[in-house]
Amino acid sequence: MSTTDAAPVLTPEMRQEICALFPRYPTKQAVTLPALHIVNEQLRCVPMRAIPEIAALLELSPAQVHDTLSFYGFFKHEPCGKVRAWVCRSISCALRGGEDVLAALGEKLHVHPGETTPDGKVTLEFGECLGLCDFAPAMLAGEKVFKNMSVDKVDEVAALLQAQAD
Amino acid sequence: MPDFEPVLTANIHKPDSHTLAVYRQNGGYAAIKKVLGGMTAVEVVEVVKASGLRGRGGAGFPCGLKWSFLPKDHPGPIYMCVNADESEPGTFNNRILMELDPHQVIEGIIIGCFATRARAAYIYLRYEYPLSLRRLQAAIDECYASNLLGKNILGSDFSLDIYMHRGAAAYICGEETGLIESLEGKRAWPRIKPPFPAIEGVFRKPTVVNNIETMACVPHIINRGADWFKTMGVPSTGPRDPGSYGPKLYCISGHIERPGCYELPLGITCRELIDRHGGGVWKGRKGKAAIPGGISMGLLAESEWDTPLDFAGPGKAGCLGLGTAAVVVLDETVSMVDFLHNSCRFFAHESCGQCTPCREGTSWSERILARIKAGQGRLKDLDLLLGIAGAIGIMPGTTICGLADGAAWPIKNAINKFRDEFESYIRQTNPSGADRQEPAEALELVGLGAH
Ligand SMILES: Cc1cc2nc3c(=O)[nH]c(=O)nc-3n(C[C@H](O)[C@H](O)[C@H](O)COP(=O)(O)O)c2cc1C
Ligand code: SF4
Ligand code: FES
Repeated sequence: MSTTDAAPVLTPEMRQEICALFPRYPTKQAVTLPALHIVNEQLRCVPMRAIPEIAALLELSPAQVHDTLSFYGFFKHEPCGKVRAWVCRSISCALRGGEDVLAALGEKLHVHPGETTPDGKVTLEFGECLGLCDFAPAMLAGEKVFKNMSVDKVDEVAALLQAQAD
Repeated sequence: MPDFEPVLTANIHKPDSHTLAVYRQNGGYAAIKKVLGGMTAVEVVEVVKASGLRGRGGAGFPCGLKWSFLPKDHPGPIYMCVNADESEPGTFNNRILMELDPHQVIEGIIIGCFATRARAAYIYLRYEYPLSLRRLQAAIDECYASNLLGKNILGSDFSLDIYMHRGAAAYICGEETGLIESLEGKRAWPRIKPPFPAIEGVFRKPTVVNNIETMACVPHIINRGADWFKTMGVPSTGPRDPGSYGPKLYCISGHIERPGCYELPLGITCRELIDRHGGGVWKGRKGKAAIPGGISMGLLAESEWDTPLDFAGPGKAGCLGLGTAAVVVLDETVSMVDFLHNSCRFFAHESCGQCTPCREGTSWSERILARIKAGQGRLKDLDLLLGIAGAIGIMPGTTICGLADGAAWPIKNAINKFRDEFESYIRQTNPSGADRQEPAEALELVGLGAH
């Protein structure tokens, strides 16, 4: 199947935002991670078809961009939910019940870690130490920090996540 | 002991502590004026050297000495990379500095760049710190608007740009050469050293890499002098010990009454930190063990809590070192099997996969621990784990970076210090000691390749 006549994935705004970063670095390749973030912010993923387009802007081969992208499990090819929620499973949170919270939240939302709710609103993920150990067990949802979570609060948290997605 | 007067956190409780106006009201940017008002780069390096400031990012390398390794008359550009990837489990002190006093960090970076002749600095910030990103970017913008960054800072011939660069949730980007590779737009595979970054770092140019907290100390050293800095902490005990000087942001979390970040002079004991500052082990329980400085550093058993948390202390108690000085408390109810499984799972997930001993060693450790946890452990697994732990890392010389040493240490400390508990767990859960096939569930627990 030819993809040449398909509409480009990167909007002119994204291209502009990416190119505006060039003066900050001595190489265009250094803009790889920022470019992936720019696309990911807008599309909630980095589709495979975006890779050659990013590569063309950065004067790289698509393989180079893909190599970098694939290293960071953070970037997905299929869209995440409107809200991406990371529940910490590392030690300080685990000591205070973090893994139970993750399991309970998954049950409440009917997803396993890594999955998105069928309504496309919430992607639930585990995170490694989020640097919020003073608020363990902690969760980061988009830019929002959920502190001192507990299994008892899971209904409330699930509702807040749904609301955040609206 | 008189209560310690905070240095790095002196202003964080003030309203709008993150703004330029409040930073200036509290004496901010006096150090940069002093530096640009007549100090040479060499003089700045000398003061920082004399202060004994050691890196706060984990390795404790003397900061001034590192700066002195940068070439003095390099024709091309020199870069600074500020390590704000803070991902060591238990650690959050950089976050507090970036969110609540970003200008203090930036003033330190400006001085560090002046001293090393760097003309651009990249702050490599972990993805999970969105508020830090906004606060630092706002502070940088304020600096450009006030001629504290950009061309000819405060009318001098010194110019500097600072850029934010966001990571993508990978612990290994905190390792300085992993950071450099990541910043260059590549997978974060740490580099074989030498060459060290001071000779060939980012974009193949001389580069200085420093932690956020290290940078935050610098303006105070300039303002108040090396001797003042040395009034805090633990003096050197001989020519081979650089001492542990200055204030430190200790983090406490886990089973503690008052989790938080406490600024204290280097060298407070683990017990004092827990009992006096953290309010003691939570729920009135007894302590069992504590991580002294992020999970990579291993464990201090409760009987070892009188260990001073200076650069030399934890090592004397068999730990890897002071690390990030992030203490995580484990109370008497914690199963060491659970603790070690959690630790091994973390490192298996975060190994960059470049060195076979680390990639295989961390993932097999996790699988063995999952098997023990699931009641299918064998007593010989303990020696198997110790064998793996002894074989992976920079110390045995089998890996490129220190992640593997950090993966090995919790295994060594947990099994050596709590062997009876592991043995009795295995005896109770698998009395026949049968060698069974690895359960499919255990395989499923193995990380799915994401970092
Ligand atoms: C696996 C690994 C992870 C690390 N993560 C961090 C980190 O998140 N932040 C940090 O400042 N240093 C980290 N370090 C230490 C850095 O490699 C480096 O020593 C430090 O940034 C130097 O700055 P400093 O001298 O100011 O401490 C890590 C080291 C290793 C081996
Ligand atoms: S020791 Fe581990 S994390 Fe470090 S470079 Fe080797 S494989 Fe990567
Ligand atoms: S261990 Fe969960 S935020 Fe640090």
